[in-house]
Amino acid sequence: MTLLHWAVLLPFIAAILIPFLYKYLKRIHTGWFVLVLPLVLFVYFLSFIPKTSSGEVILNNLNWVPSLGINFNVYLDGLSLLFALLITGIGSLVVLYSIYYLSKHKEKLNNFYVYLLMFMGAMLGVVLSDNLIVIYVFWELTSIASSLLISYWYTREKSVYGALKSMYITVFGGLSMLGGFSLLYVIAGTFSIRELIANADLVMASSLFIPAMILVLLGAFTKSAQFPFHIWLPDAMEAPTPVSAYLHSATMVKAGIYLVARLTGVFGGSPEWFWIITIAGLVTLTWGSISAVRQKDLKGILAYSTVSQLGLIMSLLGAGSAAFYFQDGDNALYMTAILAAVFHLINHATFKGSLFMAAGIIDHETGTRDIRKLGGLMTVLPVTATISLIGLASMAGLPPFNGFLSKELFFTGMLNVTEYGIFNLETFGFIIPVIAWIASVFTFLYCILMFSKTFMGKFDISKLKVKHVHEAPVGMLISPVILAALVILFGLFPNLLAYSLIEPAMAAIAPGILSPGEFFDVHISHWHGFSPELWMTFGVVILGILLFMTFKKWENTAFYRGEQDLFNYAYDYGFDGFIKGSQWLTRIQMTGRLRDYFIYMNTFIILIMAYTMYRYSLPAIQSLDLSPIPVYFWLVILVFVCSIVIIPFINNRVALIITTGVSGFIVALLFVLFRAPDLALTQLLIESVSVILFMLVFYHLPKLKKVKTPPKMKAVKLIISVGFGLMITLGSLSVFSMGQEVNFDSISEYYVENSKEEAGGYNIVNVILVDFRGLDTMLEILVVSMAVLTVVSLIRLRFKGSEDI
Amino acid sequence: MMQKPNNMMLQTLARLIILIILSFSIYLLLAGHNSPGGGFVGGLMTASAILILYLSFDLKSIQKAIKFDYIKIIGMGLLFASLTGVVSMLFGFPFLKHFFDYFTLPILGEVELTTAMVFDLGVYFVVLASALTIILTIAEDDK
Repeated sequence: MTLLHWAVLLPFIAAILIPFLYKYLKRIHTGWFVLVLPLVLFVYFLSFIPKTSSGEVILNNLNWVPSLGINFNVYLDGLSLLFALLITGIGSLVVLYSIYYLSKHKEKLNNFYVYLLMFMGAMLGVVLSDNLIVIYVFWELTSIASSLLISYWYTREKSVYGALKSMYITVFGGLSMLGGFSLLYVIAGTFSIRELIANADLVMASSLFIPAMILVLLGAFTKSAQFPFHIWLPDAMEAPTPVSAYLHSATMVKAGIYLVARLTGVFGGSPEWFWIITIAGLVTLTWGSISAVRQKDLKGILAYSTVSQLGLIMSLLGAGSAAFYFQDGDNALYMTAILAAVFHLINHATFKGSLFMAAGIIDHETGTRDIRKLGGLMTVLPVTATISLIGLASMAGLPPFNGFLSKELFFTGMLNVTEYGIFNLETFGFIIPVIAWIASVFTFLYCILMFSKTFMGKFDISKLKVKHVHEAPVGMLISPVILAALVILFGLFPNLLAYSLIEPAMAAIAPGILSPGEFFDVHISHWHGFSPELWMTFGVVILGILLFMTFKKWENTAFYRGEQDLFNYAYDYGFDGFIKGSQWLTRIQMTGRLRDYFIYMNTFIILIMAYTMYRYSLPAIQSLDLSPIPVYFWLVILVFVCSIVIIPFINNRVALIITTGVSGFIVALLFVLFRAPDLALTQLLIESVSVILFMLVFYHLPKLKKVKTPPKMKAVKLIISVGFGLMITLGSLSVFSMGQEVNFDSISEYYVENSKEEAGGYNIVNVILVDFRGLDTMLEILVVSMAVLTVVSLIRLRFKGSEDI
Repeated sequence: MMQKPNNMMLQTLARLIILIILSFSIYLLLAGHNSPGGGFVGGLMTASAILILYLSFDLKSIQKAIKFDYIKIIGMGLLFASLTGVVSMLFGFPFLKHFFDYFTLPILGEVELTTAMVFDLGVYFVVLASALTIILTIAEDDK
């Protein structure tokens, strides 16, 4: 365990303490305690910048399950560090903001901060692990934390809907991704990303390459809200705004981007990777920006804009992956895309974070986020208006803000694609920059729309629920102001980031492109002549303004009035269909009668055993070397058989219970005869306890009814019972005779020899239970406990009336 | 439910029998490592002793006398079992690695103490409380 391991685990440990702090220090807002953690971690991660910027990487190993290749190895390079700084940096600002956003009197702060810290730890785990399985575990934890945070106000129906939707979609992707990781393990025999990158040729040559890639990408695309999986993100806006700013714009949704960037070294260089990611990114970019124009909810606009910006970064990573095809030569052509991706990742976190916080302030102060009700807030909320203006201008790609720089680089990256000369790009390649440009026009449009509808026009308080609107408290403004200041700072001095964060991250995304000691050339500037990129920006601005001016004309079209995403219908209908289908499936087989279930189970067992016996030509009972059976044994068995045979003919319940008890006690007697005292003891006790149970429920049981069964059915039941008995008998006899023929070494010898030496016990049964197979026992008692809880909840919370399950 | 029968015989006997069963069940738990017994059987036997109590006296007065929340005991048992595993991890051994040694204690003489005992104690609690919870939940259910 090194400090870096603790850095990942610390948020989880802190999460355990939160409920106590909340309970016993009620007077202080719990957020103040939480704030310390991300701040400390942020400073801690800052201290790594000198190391990573000189090209060093840090790898600390910690074995977890070495026999399965699962190790909690912490790996820190430029890319991990960039994400770690985003997670802790934005995390600190968000926690600070949440202190003022969530009232300590009304809200369940303990839930909120426990989930938030759980997320922070999980997200740090994702970006700092080198092992794919560890990444998967943390990845799913982020999904769970995200769902819990979306449903934070769990009494609202829409929150629960949004939480479930995000859960279904991201967990579906997560499971696919696990499949992809397993395929990678099948190919290369390792879960370590570094070893996979080292064996990239092997992976590329494998026939499982495409399936593994698609499965991994499903995980990345669902998490990063890529088309058509983006539909969960707008519904996730039901979460409190600090959560939207943190998880659903700055960090968690970028986990997919992280994964794609991280695995570019494994999959990059293949045309499939290039095309799938570039196209998915561009489609998402366009779909997101067009959908954002249609939204009327401030957070809805921001959600679709996040979708679109994630698509932008994704498409850049796709375009940049071509660097692996060439490996050498002039890498500036491809690496510009990667540079733009990394730079825009940082910029997006800053401007989108500030915009979400501003939207939260507007919601907090006016009570609504509907742009049809808002307007003229410029004079009422001057600081918020300034923050929003900076954020929106940056998002629209206007100078001198950082969004302008990365948008220009994005255009450069997309234009470069047409010059690659590979993957059939010479035919349709020109479409790529065109799509990028169209999407940017819509991005520009929704930015102006959002600003003008919220801050300009006439201020009309009668549309709002509140009486007075005033600027937010200073504490709430600190975080968005810091982010807006960063937008300007990175815009004016982009080269602050160039070699401290961006270049190391690029080197981490594209390992092996550079020889040791070399660095990528990162030079970001505002002015590089009248290049095509600049003309594209001019075009965006002019066309965007034209569309805005004529907006009145198409404000009443069906396109603008509806805001529902087409894919939501698919999700809703599909979901209903699933539920109806499973209800139907349940209804045709679950009759509620135990005897029917026995028929299903026994028929299935008969079929599968008969098939197995037929398939392996059993029963091959040749020699049964039996020891002589004494007379009293026959007697015991006789009583046993009699007690079972008469059961179907008894009509009296007390007699039934006693007869069943007799067979149970005889089994215990058999155990004694075979000298198994432990088993006998347990069997006896279980019989006693069940007799007591019967006595307790006896009075509640309904009267035994005579069920009229048609003779045909009776015959079928008889055949099934006899068949079942026959199968079990044949099965055990063949097992017995096979054991004698093949002469396997009995495993019990091992226990006999080692029980005393290794575990210090003479009772082998007990030693096996608590020591040799202790894990099994632990899981068994876990299952028992779960069964108990189920029984309790089934009985105490019984359905009343006739609810359909 | 039913008219109150006179169960003085049962009650007097139960008091005596339960003492025997309880002590035997503790013996089973402690002796389990070297002779027949163990946490599972011990737990079941303790459960049946307590169940006899519930049978011979009425539910309410026993609930007044024994104020444990059995579901919490299940959790405690699970915690015992898993913590013994974790403790060995803290010393760098695999999860659930057990240790044992022989000690000479006053009065008892030489005694073997094992960490497996703690694990078995967890099993004991889980089995005991599970059996009781299930049966009592069914018994309390009057509908």
